[in-house]
Amino acid sequence: MGKRTIIPFGPQHPVLPEPIHLDLVIEDETVVEAIPSIGFIHRGLEKLVEKKEYTEMVYVIERICGICSFGHGWGYCAAVEGLMNVEVPERAEYLRTIWHELSRIHSHLLWLGLMADAFGFESLFMHCWRLRETVLDIFEKTTGGRVIFSVCKLGGVRKDVDNETLAGIVSDLNKMKAGLKEVTDVFISDQSVKNRTLGVGVLTKEKAMEFGAVGPVARASGVLQDIRLTGKGVYEELGFEPVMDTRGDCYARTSVRIREVFQSIDLIAAAAEKIPDGDIAVAVKGNPDGEFILRMEQPRGEAFYYAKGSGSKFLDRMRVRTPTNQNIPALVQMLQGADLADVPVLVLTIDPCISCTER
Amino acid sequence: MSDKKYLIQNFVPVTASELLGKVQDLKADGYRLGQACCTKLGDGFEIMYSFDKDHELLNLKMAVGEGQEVESISNIIWHAFIYENEMHDLFGISFGNSALDYGGHFFKVAEPTPWNPKNEERKAEQNG
Amino acid sequence: MSYITKSPWIIHYDGSSCNGCDIEVLACLTPMYDVERFGIINTGNPKHADIFLVTGSINEQNKEVVRQIYEQMPSPKVVVAVGICANSGGIFKECYNILGGVDKVIPVDVYVPGCAARPEAIIDGVVKGLSVLAEKRSAKATVAPDAAAAAEPDELEVPVEPGEANGADKGGA
Repeated sequence: MGKRTIIPFGPQHPVLPEPIHLDLVIEDETVVEAIPSIGFIHRGLEKLVEKKEYTEMVYVIERICGICSFGHGWGYCAAVEGLMNVEVPERAEYLRTIWHELSRIHSHLLWLGLMADAFGFESLFMHCWRLRETVLDIFEKTTGGRVIFSVCKLGGVRKDVDNETLAGIVSDLNKMKAGLKEVTDVFISDQSVKNRTLGVGVLTKEKAMEFGAVGPVARASGVLQDIRLTGKGVYEELGFEPVMDTRGDCYARTSVRIREVFQSIDLIAAAAEKIPDGDIAVAVKGNPDGEFILRMEQPRGEAFYYAKGSGSKFLDRMRVRTPTNQNIPALVQMLQGADLADVPVLVLTIDPCISCTER
Repeated sequence: MSDKKYLIQNFVPVTASELLGKVQDLKADGYRLGQACCTKLGDGFEIMYSFDKDHELLNLKMAVGEGQEVESISNIIWHAFIYENEMHDLFGISFGNSALDYGGHFFKVAEPTPWNPKNEERKAEQNG
Repeated sequence: MSYITKSPWIIHYDGSSCNGCDIEVLACLTPMYDVERFGIINTGNPKHADIFLVTGSINEQNKEVVRQIYEQMPSPKVVVAVGICANSGGIFKECYNILGGVDKVIPVDVYVPGCAARPEAIIDGVVKGLSVLAEKRSAKATVAPDAAAAAEPDELEVPVEPGEANGADKGGA
């Protein structure tokens, strides 16, 4: 048994695109305890509901995170729409679902790249991010923005995408599949990659349930949990089935996310085929009164949106609970007993989004 | 539309003395803590714990007075420590018997407990 | 001397941004935009960096971190504030935990607007930063020629071959 040393990890660290701080208590090369502390990006934006009207708040909520920005916008709109009993036109729900799944593809590809970078495979990082540009081009073509698009508004969406463009998007995504397949082969079959992921950071099904893991982290451990099953969006109509795995290690989490990318492409193709014609927005009148809680499946997992109003233009409370918030306890659990050299891979494996966590 | 699970809004009021027992029962029943959050209510607060089972939500709501200490649920559900420390640092609510207490160093903010109404009174006094 | 002005190394720190600008900064490094063709490399070590890219605004928790990174960078150095939050606080200006733009704690040389700033704008900002860097370098040389010569002798540059230092950096990380 060696001497105990505390190694500070972050906030500024080459492997981290965002600041999180961990105090790693290590013995020799093994982590015995990890203590997270956050607050580097805390802005306190939930409190802006006191200063911004409920129609303007959507722009703030979208900027919780630049990666799952569309999902946050949709979550907020859906919560307020639920509160005010607004029925959104079906075409708008389809378009929202398509943009949300596109966000998932871009987010997972981004994560795959960062993961590759975390175990030192830089050319793989470049490949993933090159593929991701296809999705960003689609965003730019359909919404005008690359990362933050403000296309979701209360009562529907701001822009329509004609059916011809939708068919073009599907064919672009299908063309991307060949490149994706190439990248997938490296993540799934390459021995040097497997050495870094297989059997690393195992989270058993029991532990995943006990620590409330969400999203791909939970599904990779065999916990059936996907908020897309609750009926928000048009996933039922598209025949959605969650992607599952049972191993619970970094390899399984990578594999779940890769399969979700392919699944999202298929969902978008199905949605483009089934999308009905019609309006894309309804007018929202009056002021929110009452409360509504709703969940969305973000690329990183389950997110909560709780809105409470009392008949004025300003909401009383807007609470957003993001998936990383819930996955940090699982991460702390995975880090115990891990090799110091595996820490960057483990931190990335939950797909941490610190901007989301701290809001 | 009405049969969709996300439309179910299930809010159950609990009192401070019932909370631990209720949480224990829910855990034994296979519920998972999804989130906990606090809302400012007039002169006090309201804490909401959201539990999930089979994609359905059950929300426990508890009224808390200013300065009242709340029993921590982190000894039953460990990962509640994240939410409890957050509520402590932002709302100034103190939790007793916490499994992991950061002592106010979880969120570092420019002003202490920015969501607490007392804080605003303090600010008004300074300005006036 | 000349290759340093042409091949700046950058260090990136995320203040309290929403990630939008951060992923655009990273997108600059990837094949579509590929700033490496200008010799620009993203380094994790402030001591290797010429240009400091900051995204997001400053809050109570990160102001010391930003200041420390800035102080660890060798002089002359340039600070580029990327995105509207780093410029002035942007949409989050009214939040209770936000102090404001990056210029509240360190001097900023180039402001890149946008929400999120586009990769083209970020590359433009870095290129603008290059001329500021060259100006600072020549100003330093004219103000105190002896001190400047002592601080940056030509021999010092020889071991800092981009490829070598990069390899050492990656090994350490």
